[in-house]
Amino acid sequence: MSLQFNNEQMTEFKRLVAHYPVGKQKSALLPALNLAQDSFGGWLPTEAMDYVASLLKIEPIEVYEVATFYSMYNLKPVGKFVFEVCQTGPCMISGSDNIIAYIQKQLAIQPGETTKDGIFTLKLVECLGACGYAPMMQVGKIYREHLTKDKVDAIIEEYRMQVAAQN
Amino acid sequence: MGVKLLLEKANVPGIRTYDVYRREGGYAAAEKALKEMSIESIVEEVKKSGLRGRGGAGFPAGMKWSFIAKPEGVPRHLVCNADESEPGTFKDRYLMEFLPHLLIEGLLISSYALGSNDTYIYIRGEYAWVAQILEDAIIEATKNGWLGKNILGTGFDCMIHVHRGAGAYICGEETALIESLEGKRGNPRIKPPFPAIQGLWMRPTVVNNVETLAAVVPIIKMGGEEYAKIGVGRSTGTKLISACGNINKPGVYEIDMTISVEDFIYSDEYCGGIANGKKLKACIPGGSSVPILPANLLLKTAKGETRYMNYESLSDGGFATGSMMGSGGFIILDEDQCIVKNTLTLARFYRHESCGQCSPCREGTGWMEKILQKIELGKGESSDIDLLWDIQRKIEGNTICPLGDAAAWPVAAAIRHFRDEFEWHINNRALSQTSNFGLQHYADPIHVPA
Ligand SMILES: Cc1cc2nc3c(=O)[nH]c(=O)nc-3n(C[C@H](O)[C@H](O)[C@H](O)COP(=O)(O)O)c2cc1C
Ligand code: SF4
Ligand code: FES
Repeated sequence: MSLQFNNEQMTEFKRLVAHYPVGKQKSALLPALNLAQDSFGGWLPTEAMDYVASLLKIEPIEVYEVATFYSMYNLKPVGKFVFEVCQTGPCMISGSDNIIAYIQKQLAIQPGETTKDGIFTLKLVECLGACGYAPMMQVGKIYREHLTKDKVDAIIEEYRMQVAAQN
Repeated sequence: MGVKLLLEKANVPGIRTYDVYRREGGYAAAEKALKEMSIESIVEEVKKSGLRGRGGAGFPAGMKWSFIAKPEGVPRHLVCNADESEPGTFKDRYLMEFLPHLLIEGLLISSYALGSNDTYIYIRGEYAWVAQILEDAIIEATKNGWLGKNILGTGFDCMIHVHRGAGAYICGEETALIESLEGKRGNPRIKPPFPAIQGLWMRPTVVNNVETLAAVVPIIKMGGEEYAKIGVGRSTGTKLISACGNINKPGVYEIDMTISVEDFIYSDEYCGGIANGKKLKACIPGGSSVPILPANLLLKTAKGETRYMNYESLSDGGFATGSMMGSGGFIILDEDQCIVKNTLTLARFYRHESCGQCSPCREGTGWMEKILQKIELGKGESSDIDLLWDIQRKIEGNTICPLGDAAAWPVAAAIRHFRDEFEWHINNRALSQTSNFGLQHYADPIHVPA
């Protein structure tokens, strides 16, 4: 198997499993999948799910049925930065439609798509618990709130710079 | 200024750290509970306080605790529900983000009272940074002897574990949460058995909301009776309200439940009035699941009495003319908002979040979304309104868990109070694509700026 946690990730995995009683290690499945997704490029190829199943000593199907249930798991490759823009009622009445349209225009992609350079993916999501700071989106592990067109431009620029700096 | 029991110290610089929290009087309630009180007397104080569950259903916390089964040799668990995914609700996030030690102190006292040696915080996966704040606070609390083995020499062991979910509103429902915590899909269980008898890993389990468990701290500090003197009737203590939508000051507010809805919306201490000088059109006062109310029924009840921000007053009139306190997610819609579109986004939300186990919920939520979409796009027919009504009625009460009801109620209330707006969409197909129904359906209500 080629996909494997490195030492640091394995230490984190063991810490996660230690939260549950002996024999109840399946409880660590969601946290373990979160870790796997973070570790293996932002999505969960079948290989990653099988790897998690082997580590937790459960059947691969038990992992698949969970991975397909929860909205945070990406079952297809995504860009380096995923813009998950909230579109539920409170955000909608606070102007999320305009922000979504603006992001689509600036990145020239539709919801669900990734830019050709592989940097950005746009996803429309449901309430993220930031309704008072709307419009908003989640990017990786952080929330970007009170979005305006200018702010969107600045955020896109910020991530482009980050990628440029890494190359 | 109203009484503040939870957020009093939220603005103290550094309150997120153990040292500052402790210096400000933190962990005194835990010390009192563990050293001076018996388990029975802690439960008794919570009962006397009248504290009702802050997660949405409002079930008395002390009573829930007294139901927990205590079979010999079987571990029991307390699970803190931090899934917070009901649209309009973001109060638990605020509490955990700014006052993590308040929650941990509440969890410690509650774990002691329930005999939970391993307590779990199930936090929605998207709140990754909040989970980190909690993890850091747990490390600090452990270092200082508040968690771990033989706490304060009492012989009581307690560890708190943070468990991150992965995106699913349904996991806020307590039995789905338990399934998820066991590493499964979030499919709600059929009750009975109730979690208090067979919950996490089939062991007796209590699931409580973040705010409920944090409120245990002031209750122990001041005593249940004193706590119960705050508020009114069966709405005791304080409540966190997350206010959002078209208001000047969206945010999280702690209220004592004697304030009127009008004052809450218009006073500068709270929402600061409707944004951009617009008029109030409607409000969903307790999270997306509760009935929407038009402005006239929001500020006053059908009997013409002032409506207050508490459990009883918000539900005055039942579903015909009232709503619910719910989770405290307070959503304000101004005159420019379209009720059809708002209802559509909520219908889409519930369709997306249905776990799919029961056909009325799985199919019905999809149908409601499709019909609303059709009306919103100017393709509605007059029979669609009755069809929507019929579908929501057939979902309500016919499902395993209350998500079905939660999906039905917003649609029912929107039709009940804004039927004319739906009809307008259907009768003015082209116009509805370029303009808005606005405030045509009621005379401007009563608020006169001071
Ligand atoms: C669909 C659905 C979603 C729910 N989401 C939450 C939630 O995010 N947080 C919460 O505390 N309770 C939520 N609840 C209520 C819980 O089932 C449960 O009643 C609550 O956690 C009990 O805690 P309390 O008595 O302290 O309020 C939800 C219920 C349903 C039916
Ligand atoms: S009511 Fe809906 S969410 Fe609840 S169990 Fe049935 S299908 Fe699942
Ligand atoms: S509706 Fe967008 S964060 Fe809640």
